[in-house]
Amino acid sequence: MNRLNNLTRGLIRENPIFVIVLGMCPTLATTSSALNGLGMGMATMFVLMGSNVVISLIARFIPDKVRIPSYIVVIATFVTIIDLLMQAYTQSLYETLGIFIPLIVVNCVVLGRAEAFANKNSAFDSLLDAIGMGLGFTLALTLLGAVRELLGAGSVFGLRLIQTDAILVFVLAPGAFIALGYLIALFNRIKR
Amino acid sequence: MLVALVVITLVASLLLGFVYNSTKTPIALAKAEKVNNAIKAVLPEFDNNPSEQAQTLSLDGGELTIYRATQGGESVGTAIKTFSKNGFGGNIELMVGFLPDSSIHRIAVVSHNETPGLGDKIDPSKSNFCVQFEGKHPDHFALSVRKDGGDVDAITASTISSRAYCDAVQRAYIALTKGGAQ
Repeated sequence: MNRLNNLTRGLIRENPIFVIVLGMCPTLATTSSALNGLGMGMATMFVLMGSNVVISLIARFIPDKVRIPSYIVVIATFVTIIDLLMQAYTQSLYETLGIFIPLIVVNCVVLGRAEAFANKNSAFDSLLDAIGMGLGFTLALTLLGAVRELLGAGSVFGLRLIQTDAILVFVLAPGAFIALGYLIALFNRIKR
Repeated sequence: MLVALVVITLVASLLLGFVYNSTKTPIALAKAEKVNNAIKAVLPEFDNNPSEQAQTLSLDGGELTIYRATQGGESVGTAIKTFSKNGFGGNIELMVGFLPDSSIHRIAVVSHNETPGLGDKIDPSKSNFCVQFEGKHPDHFALSVRKDGGDVDAITASTISSRAYCDAVQRAYIALTKGGAQ
């Protein structure tokens, strides 16, 4: 029961975007289309899974004084790995996401989970937590991307749904804030 | 404390070295393929590998890359990767294909940061803006927008992006006449 709780918590009840409101920088900047949101979410989820498991395993051996530097090194390692892998195998997505892939290092969700969960729990529980939080993050980014793409460009995942001109502002930066605000409001309504 | 940090960074760097080595070739391949696809999009059919004999040229504080394409040893055209720093959202990079008689064959956008819905119409998939350049010879076709006395119809509401586009194409032509003449 508790295990299942670890997994599902990140999806809705403690969704990192809509409820905890962490990691806003990539959320607002990369979700101009559903595919970009999905790509960013998956990359973050990979890093989160790797860092959560490794940190939960080594947390006992790390002195408290160098806790944060050690975590950052672990996280940065995983970020660099996904950065190189994306460059090799998903070149065009890598170029669209650009600087936001290396910036996963400073994503609050990743360090936040390491501090709040992984260093106090077992590797398996940390993995479940990472999968849940990662899925919640991916879901939120994809949803936000889909809404913005639908309103701003008339398509979802590149599939054209509306033929007339769309509301351009939703693809631009202000649209990210507007769409995110309404999604958070909607999410809170559903959650209640 | 010291030992813990040293061990962690050591393991991390070993792991990274391994990943870097194993992704080096795929990354180089992916990059080369991207360049080759851009060249293919702007030139008639060719059978050599233009990126192998690329030639670079410095102009206006930037670098242009010249790719020559041949079919059966015969020149079929030159693709030039050019740039403009005057885009509305920063640098614009284009790949311009010239036929052997120096007329423009086709133009593709390599990278840009123009406003979605306005300036990004320089991209061939978004509008027909680039079609007006096809088959034109820069000697008889002034590469600037009509507002500036040229022959190019600017994108509505995106004169700055259109100007930068013309600027980049003009720079490619200068490179062609300067360093690209065979």
